[in-house]
Amino acid sequence: MAINGRVWQIRCAMDLTFSAEHEAFRAEARTWLATHVPTEPLPSLDTEAGFAAHRTWEHMLFEDRWSVVSWPTEYGGRDLGIMEWLVFEEEYYRARAPKRVSQNGIFLLAPTLLEYGTDAQKARYLPPMASGDEIWCQGWSEPDAGSDLAGIRSRAERNASGDGWLLSGQKTWASRGAFAEWCFGIFRTDPEAERHRGLTYFLVAMDSPGVTVRPIAQIDGETGFAEIFFDQVAVPDDHVLGEVGAGWSVAMATAGSERGLSLRSPARYTEAADRLLDLFHQRGGPASAADAVAQAYMDAQAYKLHTYWTATKVSRGHSVGPEASCNKIFWSETDVSIHETALSLLGPDAELLEAGSPGEWLDGYLFALAGPIYAGTNEIQRNVVAERLLGLPRG
Amino acid sequence: MDFAFSDEQDELRQAVRRVLAAECPVAALRTFDAAAPEQRTTLARARWAVLAELGAPGILVSEPEGGLGLGDVDLVGVFEEAGWAALPEPLMETAGLAAPTLAALLPAPMAAAALHALIEGPATFAVGGIDVTESGPTSPTTVSADGLLCTPRVLGARDATIFLLACQDPDSGWQLHAVPATSCVVEATPALSSTRDMAVVHWPLSADTLLAYGVAAEAVITLLADRAAAGSAAFLIGLADRMITLAADYAKERQQFGRPIGSFQAVKHLLANARVKLEFARPATYRAAWSLATAQPSASHDASMAKAMASDAADLAARTALQVHGAIGYTWECNLHFFMKQTWALTRAWGDAGTHRRLVLPQASRL
Repeated sequence: MAINGRVWQIRCAMDLTFSAEHEAFRAEARTWLATHVPTEPLPSLDTEAGFAAHRTWEHMLFEDRWSVVSWPTEYGGRDLGIMEWLVFEEEYYRARAPKRVSQNGIFLLAPTLLEYGTDAQKARYLPPMASGDEIWCQGWSEPDAGSDLAGIRSRAERNASGDGWLLSGQKTWASRGAFAEWCFGIFRTDPEAERHRGLTYFLVAMDSPGVTVRPIAQIDGETGFAEIFFDQVAVPDDHVLGEVGAGWSVAMATAGSERGLSLRSPARYTEAADRLLDLFHQRGGPASAADAVAQAYMDAQAYKLHTYWTATKVSRGHSVGPEASCNKIFWSETDVSIHETALSLLGPDAELLEAGSPGEWLDGYLFALAGPIYAGTNEIQRNVVAERLLGLPRG
Repeated sequence: MDFAFSDEQDELRQAVRRVLAAECPVAALRTFDAAAPEQRTTLARARWAVLAELGAPGILVSEPEGGLGLGDVDLVGVFEEAGWAALPEPLMETAGLAAPTLAALLPAPMAAAALHALIEGPATFAVGGIDVTESGPTSPTTVSADGLLCTPRVLGARDATIFLLACQDPDSGWQLHAVPATSCVVEATPALSSTRDMAVVHWPLSADTLLAYGVAAEAVITLLADRAAAGSAAFLIGLADRMITLAADYAKERQQFGRPIGSFQAVKHLLANARVKLEFARPATYRAAWSLATAQPSASHDASMAKAMASDAADLAARTALQVHGAIGYTWECNLHFFMKQTWALTRAWGDAGTHRRLVLPQASRL
């Protein structure tokens, strides 16, 4: 095609198939999972016994180098790319393997540590995170700082000898907070600075003197998250991640992982959509339900395709950017609609907490309902989309 | 796995955008809208001559046959740009439907002659007699009292050189014909969008124009319907992007309560929702193009999914853009209606979102 004197010769470079190497890796993962995934579901990870059982599972993954395939080998990974990670996730969900009790660490903190951490910090924190020996919780929200995260009041002050920090204040809604060994959180180090400035990102051992944990029962009655009180908690300088005062930008890197690629891989939704199709074929439903089933299935597929699209960009060295906010809105709402549709198909059975279906749909629904709230509410994400993708003025 | 356009594909898209910005700006849509029928023909032919000069009609035709030898993945960006510009001419019908259909029927003399006209042009093709329903393609073509066949809702019929027309007989099945305009009687149909010329076409059934019949015709028409779903999805993506851009630009300018309306969350969230829906319809549309280009077994499923998602995304973009513009968006003076009307027509053409959802469902399988 000749436009402006240029002759266009293009071959279709796009390829939506996985390479033989990727397929071999998939087969290896599938085989391992088939022989190792517990046949009986583990107890909920938000109970003490369940937490311990899930930690044991993390050990098993780690032993055979499946817990963090995309990390460098020195920290327990396989040094694989993002596509292999997506393949592994597809197989993981397909095998209906246990929930990842270490998810706050491996999916949120780890990418931030790899970007901002010192070599010593990476060597200290990543291997026990990969093995499940140290489970992390997230200390961001406060009673008066939820969507308005920059409004946090928990503070860090220099200690008397000038070689460390004293943390004070209250964090809340810390997922895994009831049982975790470590917490990553943001604290105000400069009380004079305006909002986003003067914040610093800290890594805090939960057994430090002055830390008090109060578990909070969630909507399902289990203690999925906790309040954490800090009373003059001593933290050394090398527990600061990134620069002092640069906590906001470090936190936004974590938030990018939370909303973007790493927290919610598409396999989670395609697997749920597959079960929804099975449920529909088993139980049938009115024509209106058929449309909802088709839409939920397509949304899960679209999220998968969008992830491949984004992963291709990332593997070519581009960053994700504010599109991550589109992602977060879409996966969280897709999750809700998949489960709502399943409950519609179940009809009056939907309220029964039986083992297997329908109980798993009810559990999944309650979990899905948190999605539009955590990781920055979807309303905040819509502001980000409007301001940073569409260029609308800040309010 | 490499789900991205090549640099050349991106450059081609940019080049098409520049050409259409020159040949099909909104001012040209206004001129076209206000023109008498014979003037419209002149305008349409002039614009088509530019596209034909670029080789656009034969993008999918192989180089030995005189085309550009490109594929559906190259074409999808071109269609998106045509949607962005609300191009009135039947580019999808000619380049995306007629060309590959005729090429697939080679070396049949009838197909070769029609393809020759398409390449050597400048000839536009109109395509009619195929509707997409939940049970697959059906033909709206009927027999009139005068013995001629009558095909409703044919886009671009007034200026078409050759018609690709289908009919369906309860006993003998499908027939697909390439009918020269000189054999047809075209009766303009008033329609919503002044940039989509619609007509009823009366045509004689003749063995001389027969391209394919029976099972062979059915296979060709099924693939054509998939291409139409994927192609219109690409147009709709372009239209949706344009309408969201128009509305966001307006929201930055328009002041109320002493500040731009785009600073209000109510307005931001409307536009963000439309942007998110578009964001996720795009890869579905690009996947459909790839599946057609590489003849994947899932091509029909993928095309239906693209059409369902792009139709919903474009419908939401239209409603949102109108609401954000407020009363000015409801006027003829505002440019928005050109894009909304093409959207409202295209979301329903070749099977609406609901139809395609119901076509997807039985093909939905475990991944």
